[in-house]
Amino acid sequence: MINGTIPAAADDLSDLSRSLRRPRSLFSWAMSVVTGAMTIAALVPLFSVLYLLITRGGKLLGLSVLSELPPAAMAPGGGFGNAIVGTTVMVGIAAAISVPVGILAAIFIAEFGSYSRTATAVRFCAKVLTGLPSILAGVFAYAAIVVLTGGFSAPAGGVALAVLMLPTVLLTAEEGIKRVPPKMREAAIGMGATPTQVVLRIVLPTALPGVLTGVMLAVARAAGETAPLLFTALFSDYWISRSTPEFLPHAFGDLMKPTASLAVLIYNFSGSPFDNQIDLAWAAALVLVAIVLLVNLAGQVLARHSGGH
Amino acid sequence: MSPTERSGAAEARGEPVPAAEPGAASISRSPSSGEVLADRLFRGTTLLVAWAVVGLVLYVVWDIARLAAPAIRDYGTAFVTGTTWDANRHEFGIRPAIVGTLYTSFLGLAIGTAFGLAIAVFLSEGFLASGLDALLKTLGLADRPGWASVPGWIEDALKNTVELLAAVPSVVYGLWGIFVLIPLVRPPANWLHDHLGWLPFFGTPLSGPGILPASLVLAIMVLPTISAVSRDALVEVPPKLREAAFGLGATRWEAILAVIVPTASTGILGAVILGFGRALGETMALAMLAGNANVMSWSMFSPANTLAALLANHFPEAGAVEVGALMYAALVLLGITLLVNIVGTAIVQRADAALKGLR
Repeated sequence: MINGTIPAAADDLSDLSRSLRRPRSLFSWAMSVVTGAMTIAALVPLFSVLYLLITRGGKLLGLSVLSELPPAAMAPGGGFGNAIVGTTVMVGIAAAISVPVGILAAIFIAEFGSYSRTATAVRFCAKVLTGLPSILAGVFAYAAIVVLTGGFSAPAGGVALAVLMLPTVLLTAEEGIKRVPPKMREAAIGMGATPTQVVLRIVLPTALPGVLTGVMLAVARAAGETAPLLFTALFSDYWISRSTPEFLPHAFGDLMKPTASLAVLIYNFSGSPFDNQIDLAWAAALVLVAIVLLVNLAGQVLARHSGGH
Repeated sequence: MSPTERSGAAEARGEPVPAAEPGAASISRSPSSGEVLADRLFRGTTLLVAWAVVGLVLYVVWDIARLAAPAIRDYGTAFVTGTTWDANRHEFGIRPAIVGTLYTSFLGLAIGTAFGLAIAVFLSEGFLASGLDALLKTLGLADRPGWASVPGWIEDALKNTVELLAAVPSVVYGLWGIFVLIPLVRPPANWLHDHLGWLPFFGTPLSGPGILPASLVLAIMVLPTISAVSRDALVEVPPKLREAAFGLGATRWEAILAVIVPTASTGILGAVILGFGRALGETMALAMLAGNANVMSWSMFSPANTLAALLANHFPEAGAVEVGALMYAALVLLGITLLVNIVGTAIVQRADAALKGLR
């Protein structure tokens, strides 16, 4: 159409008209409007959730809510400081397990044995784990840790979350490693570097933003998980460590007790008949969504930086 | 970020650098034996960890099966077909939960697919770009520097916002469902029951939690999965097919409905099945919104139960016998979701392979 020739016969031009009176054009136009409207409509719940979180959760938000213990039924005040600590500790444990495992496995399937049968099996298993219902990760950690150690605990919650984080970390790390240009590897190999040196000093540093994106997304998902924690960490109205932790074994002993988390607090208080607890659930939801969205946003910013090699 | 700042595990410390050809100043050398050993060790470690991931999946299945084994022995297949769940009389059946899981998942999936597909088409076929271009042209802004990139920027922002729907934790959707969605859908639902109550789907009034609000929240939660995976499938359709359709005189929607969507249909089907897998295993929104009632009804306003919600609602207060039965239910859920996910993954992979021939 830019420098096309003018049709020879003048009546051919009428075929090019796109009047809305023609049913075909009208249908096309109507479908465009409908899909556009559906796209906007799908975003309404997101903005409704955010609006309610800010108006209902925001009015309670303050330093005392973030630092105090959950209140009794009708008692005034109180907060969910222990739940914030519990969520942080359990997500930390989960990251400490899933990040090294995910990255090492990703290095194997992306670098060392990319076309091996092991790699195919690992990729398949990672995809199966992606689809594992989160509650079953909780059932697994219950069977593997809680039954074994004889009680609900923060490490059991961490293991359940690690199972859920692992596939995200693994698959995004693989993508990130694969995006490193081959010429960088070849240059290092040409200098006499072993495959390990190539991976640790060239590939991983270059792929780091992509790998971190996966970690961020996994952390954001894990922080919001509720169902697995019902089976592993349960809930607690107290701080993880009720006495000051003097050295590790003592603090570790305290870790092996039921542990509070923001997500389970929201679940427990959402069904409460008492207004003060429902208000706390909204405030906790605001804090949780703020954490999740911030971590997600950080991951997306990193992903944008990793794209440009 | 420079690689030299990082010390690799295999760094040969204190070893003299072997001289290259005399006179040739070179920083390259062959690896020392220590480095070769470290290399072997590291590669072995990654192989081991890779197998550990495979082992983990098998261990998850075996571990849940192990705890479910006593209940399987006690209740057998009657557990799957039974309709009562009574912990006091040690009578357990999960048929209502299985039916509820399928009902809520299908309903949520149907709504989520309609919207997810609309979003995928809207964001992949350049509607925003052309619409905004036309708008900018009528406003006379299209030629100004900087404005030309606005449509692409808005499209990216919209895509990221849709993905944010998936980032909101399900327990927060549950909370929102209790206090916003249920009060919102109750009047129209009860109007439908009053006027069209003879239809089995509207057979009961909506008194609070029920299948419809639960399915609506499920739809919101599977929508990002479906729109992202089908958008990928639509983008993968070779441009020459679209151009050929336009060349034959098709309107934009004729090209989309007759050429592009059918070409991407395998990928879209995979997206729907992956969304189905997610809906089947979704727990918190259903535990909070489905009503936790062991009834089977055609009505979408009736309370119900799902396998995952059954686990979440009963486990915290369950005794030893009931925990065994819950483990059996977990194993059934695991079997169903594994099957659906494996089929979905296989279809997505086959779609990728099939499109390769078209390029």
